[in-house]
Amino acid sequence: MEEKKNLSQKEISRRSFLKGAGIASVGAVIATTASVDIKADTKNDSDVIGKNGISCEFDVNGKKYAQKVPPRTTLAELLREDLNLTGTKVVCDRGACGACTVIVDGKSVCSCMTLAIDSAGKKIETIEGLANGDELHPLQEAFVNHDALQCGFCTPGMVMSCKNLLDHNAQPTLPEVRKAVSGNLCRCGTYPHVFKAVMDVSGKKGE
Amino acid sequence: MRAYLPKYNLTTAKSLEHALQMMNDSKRPIAGGTDLMVLFDMGNLPPGDYVNIHRIPDLQGIEVNDDYVEIGALTTYSQLRQHEIIQQEFPCICEAAKVTGGVAIQNRGTIGGNIANASPAADTPPALLVYDADLKIVSATGEKIVAYENFHTGYKQMQLAKNELIQRIRLPRKNKHNLHYYRKVGTRKAQAISKLCMAGVANFTPEKIVQIKIALASVAPTVIRCKKTEAYFCEKQYAQIDICEAKRILQTEIAAIDDLRSTKEYRIQVACNLIQEFFDLITEENNE
Ligand SMILES: Cc1cc2nc3c(=O)[nH]c(=O)nc-3n(C[C@H](O)[C@H](O)[C@H](O)COP(=O)(O)OP(=O)(O)OC[C@H]3O[C@@H](n4cnc5c(N)ncnc54)[C@H](O)[C@@H]3O)c2cc1C
Ligand code: FES
Ligand code: FES
Repeated sequence: MEEKKNLSQKEISRRSFLKGAGIASVGAVIATTASVDIKADTKNDSDVIGKNGISCEFDVNGKKYAQKVPPRTTLAELLREDLNLTGTKVVCDRGACGACTVIVDGKSVCSCMTLAIDSAGKKIETIEGLANGDELHPLQEAFVNHDALQCGFCTPGMVMSCKNLLDHNAQPTLPEVRKAVSGNLCRCGTYPHVFKAVMDVSGKKGE
Repeated sequence: MRAYLPKYNLTTAKSLEHALQMMNDSKRPIAGGTDLMVLFDMGNLPPGDYVNIHRIPDLQGIEVNDDYVEIGALTTYSQLRQHEIIQQEFPCICEAAKVTGGVAIQNRGTIGGNIANASPAADTPPALLVYDADLKIVSATGEKIVAYENFHTGYKQMQLAKNELIQRIRLPRKNKHNLHYYRKVGTRKAQAISKLCMAGVANFTPEKIVQIKIALASVAPTVIRCKKTEAYFCEKQYAQIDICEAKRILQTEIAAIDDLRSTKEYRIQVACNLIQEFFDLITEENNE
């Protein structure tokens, strides 16, 4: 346990460095678009989100965030770079691997191809919302118990796809579990353990 | 490399009129984004102004009346899969929706986007072809109905002007009692674009095939109906049907090529195998 803590602390500091670099480049983007009239598209109607975006309210894991988003921001970028919720991973950034899976209004989506503004006002669930303080969500606990992760990079997306399945179907069959994670690629090959974990949570004990 | 962001603008349309008005100023629509965001990420999306049509109520929903089912262009694969009438009367569309991408793609990708993306390898269009779909297309100045069969005019070309949107896909309800066949052949079940896929419907009696429709993807610059092959099967006693001859005719109708997903030879062979499988299914059903 001790060792794990140290590791995650190290990781956090590496992330803050990356984030710092990210901010610098965003700054450059804003500088290039600054000449465009910000109010142009937003003056009449709050439903119209124009060139430089408007302030939106996002509901992530039950917490409200007010954030101004340029319209071309993806949900993954919003979560990771603006809201600092880096649990959601981005691997392919083009919808092919499922690492970035989050749940929006009860449906799993690839946050790397969903525009942030399309998720404004909707209920967004990410991996950070699962545990209750130190108490893991049953699905997370089952993942740990069944060794359903190795490098762990696919895991947040994998867990969210499984949660989405269980939310709609508390007693899935094995083929249903397989289907649910068919869009989540795990290069470490943890699938059999993931199946066991989900079956365990559903009370079916890994058939 | 990822696209250079400041070159893109996007406006969310609050209504169909609003979207069409913006499209008159040569803005391009984005729906679920599952095709466009891939291009965007690879730096291949043309820079410019885009209209987010994803929230327009007039493009949503599935309406059922006595003669037709009308599918809003924004209907997702998940919604198609779960719709009772589509399941019962248009199972090829359900099957296509099930094998498109993974769950997260099915939750976002739309049928309108699949049609307008105009890929000859798309999975839903063969199903739309065998069900005689037509499209309601709208612009700021009016609307038109185009038979889906005539919609794609060449590789990535279609009867859709820059200022037009697909509003609805209309399917006549006349296939309820027919036999339906759908098969996608690809590298793996999920997340893979197909090497080839085929949809078919057949109406037959114990003596003969009265009507048959066959459509294929990934064997020509557009998805295609195979009308010569269909004609060969029709109105013949089963004993007169030579499946080898049917396969020969099929090969005159398709123009498969080598590309990154498969080879010409493989596609021809598989297309023939699928025709065989469909015909076997018909004779099997008949013998039951
Ligand atoms: C990982 C992955 C797997 C995939 N697997 C499959 C698969 O198995 N089979 C398959 O067929 N496809 C697949 N696709 C492609 C894609 O998901 C589908 O083509 C989808 O239906 C596109 O819909 P969309 O709403 O996301 O389109 P968008 O990306 O929003 O738009 C696509 C095109 O259609 C235009 N458009 C959208 N809606 C309209 C409208 N109403 N009127 C006029 N033009 C419009 C847009 O301008 C754009 O040119 C996959 C994509 C990914 C990322
Ligand atoms: S990062 Fe979104 S699907 Fe791979
Ligand atoms: S655990 Fe390493 S990719 Fe899945």
